[in-house]
Formats: sequence, structure tokens, C-alpha cells
Amino acid sequence: MTPSVPGREFLYFAWRNGKLRFGLALVLFFLGVALLGPLLTHYPPLAYLNPLGAEAPSATYWLGTTCFGQDVYTQFVLGLRAAFLVGLLGGGMATLIGMLIGFMAGYRGGLVDEVLNVLTNVVLVIPTFAVLLIAAAYLQVRSVLMECLFIGLTAWPWAARAIRAQTFSLRTRDFVDLARLSGMRPLKIVFTEIAPNMLSYLVMTFILQFGGAILMAATLDFIGLGPTNAQSLGLMMQTAVLWGALPLGAWWWFIPPGLAITAIVGALYVMNVGLDDVFNPRLRERS
Amino acid sequence: MPRYFARKLLIYALTFVLAVTIDWLIPRFMPGDPIANMLARVSVNTNAAQVMHDYYAHVFGLDLPLWRQYLNFWGRLLQGDLGISLYLFPTPVTQVIARALPYDILLLVPAILLSWFAGNRFGALAARNRWLDNVVSPVAYLFTAMPYMWLAILLAWYLGLVLGILPIAGAYAFSLHPAWSAAFGLSLLQHWFLPFLSLFLVGFGGQAIGMRNLIIYELEADYARYLEALGAPQRLVRKHAFGNAMLPQITGLALALGVVVAGALVTEVVFSYPGIGSLLLAAIQRQDYFLIQGCFLFIIIGVLLGNFIVDIAYVVLDPRTRRGMTGEPA
Amino acid sequence: MSLSVQELRVYYQTLHGEVRALDGVSFSIADGEIMGLAGESGCGKTTLGYSLVRLSPPRRLVSGRAVLDGEELPLGDPDAMRRFGWKGVSIVPQFAMSALNPRRRIGGMIAELLAARKLRYLELLPELERRLDLVRLPAAVLAMYPFELSGGMRQRMVLVLSTLLNPSLLVADEVTSALDVSIQRAVAQLLAEFRDRGLVKSMLVITHDLAVLYQIADTIAVMYAGKLVEKASADVIIRAPRHPYTRLLISSLPEIGARHARCRLKGIPGQPPSLLNPPLGCRFRARCPAVSDQCGEEPPLREVAAGHQVACWQQPC
Repeated sequence: MTPSVPGREFLYFAWRNGKLRFGLALVLFFLGVALLGPLLTHYPPLAYLNPLGAEAPSATYWLGTTCFGQDVYTQFVLGLRAAFLVGLLGGGMATLIGMLIGFMAGYRGGLVDEVLNVLTNVVLVIPTFAVLLIAAAYLQVRSVLMECLFIGLTAWPWAARAIRAQTFSLRTRDFVDLARLSGMRPLKIVFTEIAPNMLSYLVMTFILQFGGAILMAATLDFIGLGPTNAQSLGLMMQTAVLWGALPLGAWWWFIPPGLAITAIVGALYVMNVGLDDVFNPRLRERS
Repeated sequence: MPRYFARKLLIYALTFVLAVTIDWLIPRFMPGDPIANMLARVSVNTNAAQVMHDYYAHVFGLDLPLWRQYLNFWGRLLQGDLGISLYLFPTPVTQVIARALPYDILLLVPAILLSWFAGNRFGALAARNRWLDNVVSPVAYLFTAMPYMWLAILLAWYLGLVLGILPIAGAYAFSLHPAWSAAFGLSLLQHWFLPFLSLFLVGFGGQAIGMRNLIIYELEADYARYLEALGAPQRLVRKHAFGNAMLPQITGLALALGVVVAGALVTEVVFSYPGIGSLLLAAIQRQDYFLIQGCFLFIIIGVLLGNFIVDIAYVVLDPRTRRGMTGEPA
Repeated sequence: MSLSVQELRVYYQTLHGEVRALDGVSFSIADGEIMGLAGESGCGKTTLGYSLVRLSPPRRLVSGRAVLDGEELPLGDPDAMRRFGWKGVSIVPQFAMSALNPRRRIGGMIAELLAARKLRYLELLPELERRLDLVRLPAAVLAMYPFELSGGMRQRMVLVLSTLLNPSLLVADEVTSALDVSIQRAVAQLLAEFRDRGLVKSMLVITHDLAVLYQIADTIAVMYAGKLVEKASADVIIRAPRHPYTRLLISSLPEIGARHARCRLKGIPGQPPSLLNPPLGCRFRARCPAVSDQCGEEPPLREVAAGHQVACWQQPC
């Protein structure tokens, strides 16, 4: 919990940490595929290209085709883009809201804390997936950004709780007292004294939220409530299941999207474990 | 202890009110008009459509002032009236859901409890043994990183189709009818196994990781170091650490409920398992709004109930809350 | 001779390299002796205490040995040390107030600890209750959870528990520092009383508070930057210290019995050296008012009078 590792030193230990390197490499690999992959295909994602229907990967269709003859590779790389977008925006928004509420509750304490705590607990108890579901169900047209917004607005309580607890313990430290005594405004104290001292924590929270947002989006997409105008990995899995990819044995249709999500989210978790090792010397010495 | 429960009940009550409000609010304030959508499926001329629209608006009470609509909604809700399903017309929504509910209970309760117990056990073992840690932890991380439906798809594909040893659709064989017979029971069990397994595995991963990390953390705690200093055998120190790590794990179970429920919904879709998840998908595809609202309410009630049970377990196990020292478990 | 320690070296393994927290320390404690160990925080005194109880990573035994009652302690092997814990060397840790598992009844926990040594709780219960009485705790605490006790009560509970098996050596680590000044004396006296009654054969009292040591210790050893710099009877250390560091340490205290306002407290200017890469020669050199050329070489701990050892070149022998 003492994230006072200076920058250069942090980079050195971060680089020496195998888990962090492995996780980062995997995430960057998929990010590369998401960014560059769509440039390598000229097929429209939904066009019925292959008259033979579902076909295994080949030189023409790198990841094979769906039972409608659509190019799986094209759908996959576009879906990957959407996944990163959802992770970044949805996870980012959840982290920001969590920070706002966590800082406020942890720093102000008292009644503000009490009210925010109840709010956090209420949103925590509500199965957010069900709320997303009912909200999405009523929207006829849904965009990726809207999905990010939904996820961001419902996933923050985890972050808020963790950040509140950290802020709480930092609030009474000497340097914060000093800042307070020297007449610094609360907002400034939070951003110049408290936030930098829990930076590692915030980074790790964001990483977890990033992965959580991707999983949540995949679940929503799978149940048919994803973006109506875009490709997504969850949607690929849904069409695969609904149109009989399993009995057809069209593994190339349903393996890549799930594998990519598992790999990205898994890599993010591994990165977090690595970061924990780096930031938390006590754990570091164990391994 | 009364304070603890009072606080919890307040949160649950607030959550319920909020959820019901959302349930009521969303159909009314989302862009798009449910009645118009409904009527769009029957092609009638515009005049007739207007008449029908007004008629349905009146039937559903949509022409009343909003606060009346809201109160009416609560009134009907408290009488257990969730409306009539459109796609299974004219079955009441409560009946439709009541038919699906047993399957969810059958699936969720064992999956949650067993994954929790097994996860805690293996997590504790992993914290103890470096070799086991190197095996259990990566596998556990892999399972938690998997989207529920993908693991379900993989299991269905491999065990169901490639090896062909288990059925992958429905709750029992099509040729059978529900009866208290061994054949039916066996069929039920066979169909239940794969959805259960995919829920179990994902839950197991999360719980095992949680327990492992908590135990390692607890072994660093002052009391553990003191026990070691007094020469307590490792077994005893770990027993204490395990006991203390249990409490956050119980809280974690409550927090994970929402995620498991979401997982169950999509798992049911993969296996065409006739629980609320499949029902919900059908309702969404057919825009059966009353059924969607009803499913939502049942999910909320289920999760709140689960939370409450967990709270009771927590109080039983934690002397601090039991003796009223603190109101807020970790 | 209860305990004798020779050339003990214990390093901390960190990312930056090894921190030489304990760099060649030798001393002995006689039966019935209370030895005080004083020094600034970070000088290695807590490391010394812990090394005698349980050395676990990141601490590492580099060299040295300790003999307790004629038997060598397997300092480098935490598992073998279990046998000596509690009965041989016991500890009242610095964190005594949080040393008891908050979610176990105290009596139950003690019973488990005893059972692990094939001892019966019920047989020891009368003695346990007698000792609780000695520290003025009611026997009812055994049925309570630690959080139902005050901090001071918990600390006394730990004192009773740690000494229940009459250890040969009790390490008391900063037991008074978290307490109100008003009860520091009482707790210190309690330690002495445990020794006087023979519940503990000998004691190593670690503290930065020389006043407490003056009150109860027979001998005082002063540590600086991982080394012993002076050891003598409590009286000599307080009244006639020889090492410049000890002198500064003593003069930085309010004089015992004197009014605070009369003499201004002097801190010792400068910082102790990093133990990651300690300088050659005397480690106090950089802050020493009496530094000379000779200090580039490391001064050995020499006997300058009967029972008085000093590690400084300036000492007339």
C-alpha cells in the first residue's frame, strides 16, 4: 500500500517483472490487431460472401466464414476494436465516477460519507446487469458509446469503495494535515496530495474496470442488447450459438471472439498481479 | 447487531424502491413508444392505429398523471400482478416466471455454494503450497477471465458434440414428460450438468483467487506473526488465517451474486435451459415488455434475498458484528 | 549464563541490495538479568529481538550463533525455532495490542496453543488465572474476544500469555512506547516483577526510552547503525557513559529528576548512515564531535572497565 516508488525506479522494476511484461505484451498484441487488423480486410463485415456458407479458415477467408458466408476475420477485428473502446471508455468512466465518489466520501467523511456510502451500497447490491438489460431493451437503436455510458454508470461502486478506503487512510497522514493547515482547498488537496499517493491503486482499479467493462459488454451483446449498428465479439458468439455453429462444428466462428476476450481480460489480471508485486514490496519479496 | 441489520435492511429497502422505480421509469422515458412498437407489428391504417393506441394507453393506464401511474404500478406490484405476457398471451407474467424459476434455483444454488466451498478450499491450499499455487492460480485466473457464455459454448461443443457424452439443449429429453420417475430424474440431471459446470468453473476461479490472496494477506497480520513467534505449528497459524479470511469471502459472495446471476442468464441461453435467462432473451426478441419488467423484478428480489442470507451468515460467523462492536463489515 | 550471542549478522534482503540491519553483534545475558537495548529507530534493535525469536524472510541470517542455556538456537531455521518459541525465547511484540486474533476467544486461542505442545489448558488454568490476577485482569477475559478489551488490557494479556511457560528469555519490544506516560512506569514495573517472581529467567527490553531502562534494567546496551557501541550496567551508562554517541543520547534526554525548562534538549545533528552500504570505519564518524583520523578504521568493542564495553578509539584503556 505504499506506492512511493519513484518513476525511473518503477520502470526498472516494472520491466523486471515477468508477469507485467507478459500481460502488457498480450494486451498490446490484441490492441495492435484491433487497430491494424481492419486495414487488412476489404470485406464488409455482414456481406454474404461465401456461397458455400460456413467454411474453415483458408487463404481467402483467414478465419473462415459464418453459415451466411460472412468473413469471420472482418467481424473479429471490428469486434476487437469495439471491445477496446468499451474497455477504455466504459472502464474509464467507471473509474472516474468511482474516484469522484470515493474521494469525496473518504475525504469529507461525516454525513457526505454516510450518504454516498448508502448510495454505493445500493448500486452495489442491485444486479447492474439487470438494469443495463432493461435499459438496453427499450432502446431501439443502440450505439457503442451508449453501451460505454451504461457500463460506466453502473460499474463504479467497486472502484468507489476501494478508493474511499484508501483516501480514508491517507486523509490523516502528516502531509495531508500540513496541506490542510497551509490553507489548501480540499479539491486541490485531493488532487495534489492524495491522488498521487495512491496512483498505483488508481491504475490497478482502472485495469480491473477495463477488463470488467469488456466482460460486461460481451454479456450484453450476447443477449442481443449490444450496439445495433456495430460489430462486437459478444454478438459474434450470439449469432454463432443461435445459428447452429455448434452442431455445424464451426469452431472458427465461436472460438476466436471468446478466446480474444479471455486473453485480454486474463492479460489485464496478470498485469495487475505484476503491478501489485512492483508497488507492494512485501509481496515482491515473497516471489 | 440490531443496528447492523437495521442498516442493511435500509439499504435493501432503498435498493428495492430504486429498482422498482427504474423498472417503471425506463419504459416511460426511453425514446420509442412501447405501444407504437407493439402496434407496428399489426399493420393497420393510421386512423385505426390512433384509436388502438388510445385504447391501449387507457388499458395500460398511460393516460393518467405520472404520479398516479407510479402509485398504480406499486399497487399492482404489491398484489403480485405483473401484467400479462404478450408473447405467451394470455398467461400472467408471474405464472410464466414461476414456471422458469425452479430451473434457476436448481442451477444457481448448487453452482454458487459449491464454487464457493471448492474455491475457498483450493485457494487456501494454493496459499500453502507453492507447487499447487503454480497450478491452481493460473487456472483460476483463466476461469475468471472467461466470459460465462464462452466457457459454456466450449463445454457444450467439446463435451456435448465432439465427445457426445452429455446433452446440450433443454432441461430434459424432448421425448420425456415431467414425472417423478428415475428416467426423468436422470435426464434432468444430465441436462443440468453442463450449465452447472460452466457456472461452477467461473465462480470457482474467482473464489479461489480471492481466498489465496486473503490468506497470504492474513499470514502477514500481527496475530499470525505473534502465533509464529510463540512457536505455534504452521497448521495452527493457517487455521487462524483461514478463519479470518472467511469473513471477507462471505461478503465477496454477496457482491458476486449479481455477476453470477448475469452469468446464469447467458449460460441458459447457450444451453436453451428454460430458466429466466432464456425467458428474458425470448421476451427481448419479441419485445414483451411486461415479461421483461417481471424478469427484472424477480432477479432483483432474488439478489436481495441472497444478500440477506449472506448477511445472516456473516453475523453468525463474526463475533464483532454479533457483539455489536461495528456496523460495517469489510 | 542464560543467553550468549556471538557475532550475529542479520541482513534484510531488499530490491536495492542487502540492508545490514545487524552487523556483528555479541553480548550475553546472565540468569535473572534484565538487559536493556537502546538506540534510535532503525538502528537494528528490533531486528536483534526478532532474530532471537524467529527469523523469516526478508530477514536472513548471515553469520553468528546464539546459545541459550547451553543449547544452540537454530536461528537460521524458522521451523526448528518453533521448538524454542514460547518456552525458550518468548516475545512481547511491539504490536502487542493487535497481537491477538480478533475473532477468537482468548481462552480458546490459548488452549489451542497449549494443545499444539501437548499441554492441557485445564491443568494450566489455575496458574493462568493467578497470573492474570498479577496483572490485574479478571479471569473473565478468557471468555472474551480481544476487541472487548482495552489496548492496555490486551497488552497485559499478551504479557501473561507470552510468559505462561516461564521462558528462559523474554524479549520485550517497545512495550511502553505506545502507552500513556502515566502507565509506562506501571508496565515497566510489571516486567521487573515477572522477573523477580522467577516467571521469566532473563529479559531483553528493547526501547528507545532510556528512562524506562534506567528504572528496570540491570545492564544497558546501546546500538548504533547495526552495531553495539557500548554496554555497561544501567547506572554506568546513565551516569558515566564513555562512547560519544551514548553521551549525546543521554544528554539529549531531560536529565532524570531535572525540570524540563532548565536545560534545552539537544538533538544529535545529522542522520545515521544508510545500512545498505555502510561506510567503512566507525559508523558514528560523520556525526561524532570527537572524530579523529583513527576513526577510518573500525573500533572493536573493548572492555574498558569491569563489565563496561565500549567501541571507540578515544577511550583511554
